Amino acid sequence: MKLRDKEKDVIALLSEAQRESKHNYITEEKLKLIAQEAGLSYSEVYGVATFYSLFSLKPRGEYIIRVCDSGPCHLMGSRSIFEVLEEELKIKVGETTPDGKFTLEETSCLGICDEAPAMMINEKVYGNLTPQEIKKILKRLREKKW
Amino acid sequence: MNTVNITIDEKPIKAEKGSTIMEAALANGIKIPHLCYQKGLSIAGACRVCLVKIKGRPGMTASCTTEVAEGMEVTSTDEELNEMRRLIVELILSEHEHNCLVCENNGQCDLQDLAYELGIDKIRFPVNKSVEPIEDSSEVILRDPNRCILCGRCVRACAELTVQKVLDFAARGSKTYIIAGLDQPLVQTDCVSCGACVQACPTGALTEKLARFQGRSWEFRKVQTTCPYCGVGCQLKLNIKDDKIVKVYGVEDGPDNKGHLCVKGRFGFDYVHHEDRLISPLIKRNGKFEKASWDEALNLIVTKFKELKNKYGSDALAGLSSAKCTNEENYLFQKLIRACFGTNNVDHCARLCHASTVAGLARAFGSGAMTNSIREFEKADVILITGSNTTETHPVIGDYLKHLATYNGTELIVVDPRAIELIEYAKIWLRQKSGTDVAWINGLMNVIISEGLYDKEFVENRTENFDKFKKVVSKYTPEKVEEITGISKEKLVAAARMYGKADKGSIIFAMGITQHTTGTDNVLSLANLAMLCGNVGREGTGVNPLRGQNNVQGACDMGALPNVYPGYQSVSDEQAKEKFEKAWGAKLSPKVGLTVVEIMDAASKGKIKGLYIMGENPMLSDPNLNHVREGLRNLDFLVVQDIFLTQTAELADVVLPGVSFAEKDGTFTNTGRRIQLLHKAIPNIGDSRDDWKIITEISERMGYPMVYRSPAEVMDEIASLTPIYGGVHFDRLEGQGLQWPCPSREHPGTPYLHKDKFTRGKGLFTPVDYIPPAELPDEEYPFLLSTGRILYHFHTGSLSRRSKPLDSIAPEGFLEINPQDAEKLKVKDNDWLRVSSRRGKVEVKAKITDRVDKGVVFMTFHFAESAANLLTNDALDPVAKIPEYKVSAVKIEASDYIDS
Repeated sequence: MKLRDKEKDVIALLSEAQRESKHNYITEEKLKLIAQEAGLSYSEVYGVATFYSLFSLKPRGEYIIRVCDSGPCHLMGSRSIFEVLEEELKIKVGETTPDGKFTLEETSCLGICDEAPAMMINEKVYGNLTPQEIKKILKRLREKKW
Repeated sequence: MNTVNITIDEKPIKAEKGSTIMEAALANGIKIPHLCYQKGLSIAGACRVCLVKIKGRPGMTASCTTEVAEGMEVTSTDEELNEMRRLIVELILSEHEHNCLVCENNGQCDLQDLAYELGIDKIRFPVNKSVEPIEDSSEVILRDPNRCILCGRCVRACAELTVQKVLDFAARGSKTYIIAGLDQPLVQTDCVSCGACVQACPTGALTEKLARFQGRSWEFRKVQTTCPYCGVGCQLKLNIKDDKIVKVYGVEDGPDNKGHLCVKGRFGFDYVHHEDRLISPLIKRNGKFEKASWDEALNLIVTKFKELKNKYGSDALAGLSSAKCTNEENYLFQKLIRACFGTNNVDHCARLCHASTVAGLARAFGSGAMTNSIREFEKADVILITGSNTTETHPVIGDYLKHLATYNGTELIVVDPRAIELIEYAKIWLRQKSGTDVAWINGLMNVIISEGLYDKEFVENRTENFDKFKKVVSKYTPEKVEEITGISKEKLVAAARMYGKADKGSIIFAMGITQHTTGTDNVLSLANLAMLCGNVGREGTGVNPLRGQNNVQGACDMGALPNVYPGYQSVSDEQAKEKFEKAWGAKLSPKVGLTVVEIMDAASKGKIKGLYIMGENPMLSDPNLNHVREGLRNLDFLVVQDIFLTQTAELADVVLPGVSFAEKDGTFTNTGRRIQLLHKAIPNIGDSRDDWKIITEISERMGYPMVYRSPAEVMDEIASLTPIYGGVHFDRLEGQGLQWPCPSREHPGTPYLHKDKFTRGKGLFTPVDYIPPAELPDEEYPFLLSTGRILYHFHTGSLSRRSKPLDSIAPEGFLEINPQDAEKLKVKDNDWLRVSSRRGKVEVKAKITDRVDKGVVFMTFHFAESAANLLTNDALDPVAKIPEYKVSAVKIEASDYIDS
């Protein structure tokens, strides 16, 4: 089957829709618009949006914290990083803080194993993490205005 | 056919070049296990249980994705392959706890069969015991994710057969699941409830909701028969338990439906068992119906008809035959009216749908039917569809057209005043003002001629009267056509070029063309267009009227028309008359009889005194119902034979209970001229009688015995008198049926007409000028009303409205009105409106939509509560006598009507 001209744009459109949203997700309205724009059915667009883990169809925090759970980080203590974050944010992996500021997620290797354990907040990567370092980062982000 | 030689398990096989190992194996009776492969769908290669070994290639290969090659040596099964298959099936079985005890598909489940064949008596992996909720929002389809094996057959069936794309995979890895729409309940999506997904599902994940716990596959008697709804003639397999139809499958090698069905054909048969079925004859005494014995009812009928015939003459009697009944019944009915009643006053509802087609195409080509076969559309490069809302009225053909546009590169041109679903699949949509068809068709031909795109050789050699025709067409310049039709000249030119340049162009049309006072002119114009471009007499071309009823083609073929005997032999042709007089042993009238609308008119004027109606409901289907009621009430004696007490039957003096399609043997002829068998599947309900036997009973009691042992014998007589059916006999019809003309026993039937020579010799160009509709909007009645059908109902609803799922999905009528008009009238969605014309008024709810243009409104005629035909105009086409259902003038006011 030949890919229609617009079909290949669907991922770019989904990314854009997610970036434009304050809460890092793709709204139902946007999904419908993208389907029309790309000439796809709702289910096809939904299928693509849920296939890629970086897309979300549920509102998320302003900051998405993705902690690496691949091998090297695991060996270097990523479990304790999760624990500190869960305790500090009072949420579990996959959840968002009630103030809508943070979402905690897992991710696969971020490519800086020499600085393990590592995590990524939105587009920025942090390495050589310790509990103290994490608390500092969170403090900074909390004080930052929306 | 190009073949290659391969061996499977050392058996030498000639396989079609380009086919897969799986296809070659199945075609040769070698069973390779599979779950995600399904004939007729694209190939996924997802389940991996069809792995085979190919000599000289490492490892194992999926047989469903691998093309055959010369000399290929395939091993389909050995212990190593089975070990691999066991592993795969065990992994599938570990994903959910499959409980066959209460599964609808127990006994017809590919997964169950495979587990059994592979001897999987324990699963080595931990089984996921979590249970997901069942989704039951649809009226007809039940989705149980706990039985889903993610083969994707439903996803492909929905995308490729129905082309709705409602279903797809969501998420990934072990979390993958099937969604509908945006992970919504089915009822909130674009699902059209056709059930293609249900038929495709290899397990019990998708099942018929209403058939739940009604029986399992081994309990069913399975009977193949022909669908009684529209004219596509889909082949069905009825699953029957305790003489009740529980579920229905499409027959995979059904010649025209290839396994596909629509919502009516799959889920709309509970009417057969409806409590309203007539179970004994009824006689009206003092205004009330009382049950009567057959003897009583038949004797009364015979006494009355004889009395009226003696007193007023044969022409005071008339009969309306039925496009829902079989060929054999229609043949006997017209024989009764002609040979026994002694009049040609016999007609049926083809008058109201395609009379203009029969008249127009017979004049231009010599034969009034689809020139080509349904499944030839895939051979066309361009298909022009006009006046046919195909996806709702002929859903299986509609879906096929969507498929061709989406996957086959077929270019569609849609010409329709309404924004119907097919416009989304069309390359060009021309929105003409209703009733301006001759103008735009002439416009297309004007461009085609002036740009030299027409087929000069064809015109020269195979047609006549071109010059006169050309002169008229030359007046219809794109500028002038834009003025009349509202179609921009640029679009008109583009469409002309697309159709004109196509090697194979096909034309599809239906009621939007025929139901006008200029219906015959419209059809003649389309015939002109096809001839101009040499698009007749070749595969994948033609002029293709889609017939609305299951057997409207057959009822016409059988001569249930006032001017022709069976096989379109004219009653005014002395030779034909003599032939039938001799065969039937009776004196026949040389006078052409009255048509449907003329019969009603004559009844109201007291000229027709006695009327016998079989399986028709003019009290909803005919135009200007108030006038029809007046006519029927004015009759001295009315007999109605039906399976329900229809609006028409309520006015009858005697009502006779006939039987439904499921209780009948016989044949229907579909829109593609294909004669197909019906098989009696259940016993007659109550004291109802076979319709053909009722006719012969009446005939015999009137002193004209017609003796047959079976419908097959009736067909033998038809064959002996009807050249186009000359070779049609029941023993030849199993499987693929036969397409007429089929003049002799040896003849294989005719897929497309007019090859090398038109039926009438040369194709006749007819110069046609544009004439406006009989009644157009004015100050008093400012809106143009058009009528038609919707997907979920059929004709006057006497069947579909008694189907629980169909009537639950679409319980009431509506008036489509443009948002701008609605705003002007201060009307909101679902507000009650009073719609009135010069002939009547109805109350109906508003449906605000830009499917209709400004100034135009649309209603269906299925609903007695809001009967559109109280409004429609009974102005007739002068040639075909078809009424102008598609254009009448109405006014619309807010109504204080309150829904009871």
